[in-house]
Amino acid sequence: MNLFEYTRADTLEAAVGADGAILAGGTNLLDLMKIGVATPSRLVDITRLPLRGIKDHDGGLRIGAMVSNADLARDPRILARFPAVAEALLSGASPQLRNAASTGGNVMQATRCSYFQDPLSPCNRRVAGSGCSAIGGVTRNHAVLGWSDACIATHPSDLCVALAAFDAVVEIAGPTGTRSVPMAEFHPLPDAVGVPPALAAGEVITDVTLPDPGGMARHARYVKLRERTSYAFAIVSAAAGVHVADGRIVAARLALGGVAARPWRAHAAEAALIGQPRPWTPLPMPPRWPCRVPRRPATMPPRSCWHSASRCVR
Amino acid sequence: MTQTLNLTINGTARAIALDDPRATLLDVLRERIGLTGTKKGCDRGQCGACTVLIDGRRMNACLALALSHDGASITTVEGLAQGCDLHPVQAAFIRHDGFQCGYCTPGQIMSAIALIAEGEAGLDPERVREGMSGNLCRCAAYAGITEAVLDATRTMKGNAA
Ligand SMILES: Cc1cc2nc3c(=O)[nH]c(=O)nc-3n(C[C@H](O)[C@H](O)[C@H](O)COP(=O)(O)OP(=O)(O)OC[C@H]3O[C@@H](n4cnc5c(N)ncnc54)[C@H](O)[C@@H]3O)c2cc1C
Ligand code: SF4
Ligand code: FES
Ligand code: FES
Repeated sequence: MNLFEYTRADTLEAAVGADGAILAGGTNLLDLMKIGVATPSRLVDITRLPLRGIKDHDGGLRIGAMVSNADLARDPRILARFPAVAEALLSGASPQLRNAASTGGNVMQATRCSYFQDPLSPCNRRVAGSGCSAIGGVTRNHAVLGWSDACIATHPSDLCVALAAFDAVVEIAGPTGTRSVPMAEFHPLPDAVGVPPALAAGEVITDVTLPDPGGMARHARYVKLRERTSYAFAIVSAAAGVHVADGRIVAARLALGGVAARPWRAHAAEAALIGQPRPWTPLPMPPRWPCRVPRRPATMPPRSCWHSASRCVR
Repeated sequence: MTQTLNLTINGTARAIALDDPRATLLDVLRERIGLTGTKKGCDRGQCGACTVLIDGRRMNACLALALSHDGASITTVEGLAQGCDLHPVQAAFIRHDGFQCGYCTPGQIMSAIALIAEGEAGLDPERVREGMSGNLCRCAAYAGITEAVLDATRTMKGNAA
């Protein structure tokens, strides 16, 4: 790890525009610094900023950037209104990491492309124009959508997939003012030479807002496929929600994870679902830790594991 | 520039002069305080051997920048036993052979104490396994670990009642 200067921001104003890397939980940044992929000359610690609240916001929620993944997953309003967000959080990392990991840090976490994580391998995402070692290499966890010849990496977050499905917006404070970006468009796709940064220098994520889920709160799930039952990144995942009225789907949300450099909203599939008859009896909601797995509806085929957070067969 | 780090470690207040900001909480515990019970396995958040309680919550000390936790209260495996009386989770690990080489054990025990305090796994072995998934055991003593956690959960419930 390179030597750096450590500073602690006491106010948001001190953090915005500061020259250095933002330190939240540190579970991704310190990891990358240990392997020499991140080499900031200064760390700006934002853990003391008043960004830990979850507030009601027009039927939706405003989540502070420093709210931990564990606290967010346990919030009764998240469980009641956004059960798929809780499921996504609980499917990610480990209980220890979720206690440290923040909402903003989860959104900003780096790709797990193994060539990105090896400073000796050429990588356009680390150094634009240096080449992509993954193309022609081992690509089993790489993108199938939205990639370019410069980079085929995926974004590894589970939380972001569920946030994107339910129209979350990332709230950003910068030296020249604030801006809001939909979660589904926040992570830039690769261009011809590399990958543009999601945030400009000096910008800080302050909150993530989730709008009122309406009738979708009752029928929402996050499903994650991975190599082992727990504590692994997604090979692929999906967050989905439907609003059913009079036996028919009147609104649908679908986002895919592990397939692109951002959570991928499947708008065409959403449109195709509108007007379809409800596929099966309503699932009992909301899930609790670790996701209370609803009984398999009679209309769904039995499988040894149809829910990744638990190995139960029902 | 030397910075002073204030921590309460197992109930004792400590002021630690840090001339290098790179120190993780794990390094401070092991190398500055001499509490080597907390283990360094991967040093990258993947194995759980370094699990400690920070203000009562389990975290990986290897990914915790020490200066960022200035003012925190830390509990390590050394802070559990009261004299010769083991903590119920420690006693349960011995009763159920929850280890072979013992390297992962301090992390397993700290994680188990937090899991029981979180109160969400109860006596469901599947939930205990999921809740302990951040602690790897290279010797694969998992069966004993799960039994130990379930047994300690029962004992501690009994003690509280
Ligand atoms: C072993 C392991 C397994 C994991 N498994 C999963 C998994 O299955 N699913 C999953 O989703 N994640 C997983 N993770 C990733 C984990 O979720 C992230 O490391 C964590 O969410 C990052 O949050 P943090 O607060 O620790 O961020 P930090 O490490 O502090 O920061 C990460 C990045 O975000 C920037 N940043 C942080 N906060 C802000 C802000 N408010 N504004 C602007 N920039 C900011 C930092 O500068 C840095 O670049 C895993 C991590 C590990 C180590
Ligand atoms: S896929 Fe992207 S992150 Fe991975 S090596 Fe290529 S450029 Fe780098
Ligand atoms: S040493 Fe911290 S998780 Fe392995
Ligand atoms: S007892 Fe040897 S690693 Fe767990």
